[in-house]
Amino acid sequence: MPKTSSIAANAAAGRIDRRQSRRKKGLLRLRHPIPDRIFTSAGLVVPVVLVLLWFAVTALGLVKPLFLPSPLAILEEAWRQITTGILLEDAAVSSYRIIVGWLSAAILAIPVGILMGNFRLFEGALEPLISTVRYMPIVALIPLTILWAGIGDEQKILILFLGTFFQMTLMVMDNVKTIDVNLIRAGQTLGFSNTEILWRIILPAALPAIWDTCRITIGWTWTYLVVAELVAAQNGLGRRIMDAQRYLATDTIIFGTLFIGLLGLLTDYAFKRTGRSLFRWTADR
Amino acid sequence: MTMAPKIHAEAVGKIFGEGANEFLAIDRIDLTVAPNEFVSIVGTSGCGKSTFLNMVGGLTEPTFGDILIDGTPVTGPGRDRGFVFQGYSLFEWMTVEGNILFALEKSRLSKPEKTELVRQFIHEVGLRGFEKSYPRQLSGGMRQRVAIARALVYKPSLLLMDEPFGALDAQTRGMMQELLLKVWEDHKVTVLFVTHDVEEAIFLADRVIVLASRPGRIKRELTVDLPRPRQFDIVTSPEFSQLKRGVLADIREETLKVMSLGDDA
Ligand SMILES: Nc1ncnc2c1ncn2[C@@H]1O[C@H](COP(=O)(O)OP(=O)(O)OP(=O)(O)O)[C@@H](O)[C@H]1O
Ligand SMILES: [Mg+2]
Repeated sequence: MPKTSSIAANAAAGRIDRRQSRRKKGLLRLRHPIPDRIFTSAGLVVPVVLVLLWFAVTALGLVKPLFLPSPLAILEEAWRQITTGILLEDAAVSSYRIIVGWLSAAILAIPVGILMGNFRLFEGALEPLISTVRYMPIVALIPLTILWAGIGDEQKILILFLGTFFQMTLMVMDNVKTIDVNLIRAGQTLGFSNTEILWRIILPAALPAIWDTCRITIGWTWTYLVVAELVAAQNGLGRRIMDAQRYLATDTIIFGTLFIGLLGLLTDYAFKRTGRSLFRWTADR
Repeated sequence: MTMAPKIHAEAVGKIFGEGANEFLAIDRIDLTVAPNEFVSIVGTSGCGKSTFLNMVGGLTEPTFGDILIDGTPVTGPGRDRGFVFQGYSLFEWMTVEGNILFALEKSRLSKPEKTELVRQFIHEVGLRGFEKSYPRQLSGGMRQRVAIARALVYKPSLLLMDEPFGALDAQTRGMMQELLLKVWEDHKVTVLFVTHDVEEAIFLADRVIVLASRPGRIKRELTVDLPRPRQFDIVTSPEFSQLKRGVLADIREETLKVMSLGDDA
């Protein structure tokens, strides 16, 4: 929220602050900044309008509840899942799978990506393989993962790992490659060894971009959740949705989907905030 | 000249790529630079200025010929040379102070001596009050001053500069040129300065090397006999204009040649 700052108040000194009068006509100018307040509100207005429309359509009986239950039914379903403790249990199980799956992918993808970004030999050796594998449909790998990892949590985690690792490795490689080569040259001129340059120049230079890769890839891990919980899962947010399909419980399906989206959004936000405080130097001024 | 040369480049050539992608970037450069001399290298874009400087810096290996610094062949980068790169190339995650201190890490000085040197150089390039700022928070001219301080603080005897002021506006550029000349006079370093700005090349240097392009080689060398210390209004003197006309004509000829080559391709 922009407060009336003392800077603006002092600078005004009897003059008219044109930012006020520009506000209305300036909203649709190409690449033109708009007030923060309007920017944020716009993001709220769209979902609110959609929910109202949804409400109207269901209240007027334009579609059968089987296809689209009313928002109230979704809220009731949410309340039911919260009070019976199902939601917390599902969320805990799924979050655990997401964290372990993503983390194991990241722990492997970051060093491999860094090696590929710095040494042509590793890039030449691994890039063709990884580029091929990342186009293979993860759903098709379910039978194999069951053979390899059984039907317990390991199999779910393996699916999440496979869905994340290959993409992430290539992205980290790119993050490392796009740093300014002159930074490396400066390090060489200043007498640093290759290992020192790797740890003290290349890594910190690439770290903000790698962090962003982490943020984006964990979002993808969330999108693989339903696929991961497709087989032999007792619980989990994805499992709940698949079960609901069998009973045509549309409210459960819609609530579950929205809830996964919400958790994804929260993860994204957490990464953004942490990144901003970890890498203060990337902020202008 | 009786003094041993600071830089001696003999028949230096560079080929990039291999097989069908082979590209002769520099055909042959012979160049001798005396200690404390200020030499500018000018030429059209792509004529091999950065490549040559990188070879002197030990960052790129010459394909042919030898480069000697103080009589010793260059085998890699080293702290006898300071490098200011095209673009700023600062360590964005370190403060102004941190960037300059980092350059001293491999020196044997004590902690207080290092701190004192950093303080002195920050003062010299006029950045007092910005010790704790991050590069992102500085203007282009200020960043370039950090880069100069970082390249000088460990007292190299040879300063290699690759279009250091290319991204600056005319006024800031003028200030930086005067700052550089002052630093050069105070610290008795040899400077190899790459630029594509003819006026800048002449204003700063004792000698200007004009490179021909595709492949790179020396087209012309001229000695700048203008008195020092130089004031900025020297650029309006007849001597200066005459030097400038000569270099401009050379560069124009090279540019036209490159453009017509481009048409054939
Ligand atoms: N690593 C490389 N691999 C292949 N070709 C290269 C490489 N570096 C430079 N070249 C080529 O060598 C030639 C000289 O490049 P160089 O960067 O030295 O030019 P320059 O004179 O510094 O140009 P500018 O004024 O644009 O900086 C160019 O044609 C460039 O394309
Ligand atoms: Mg260049």
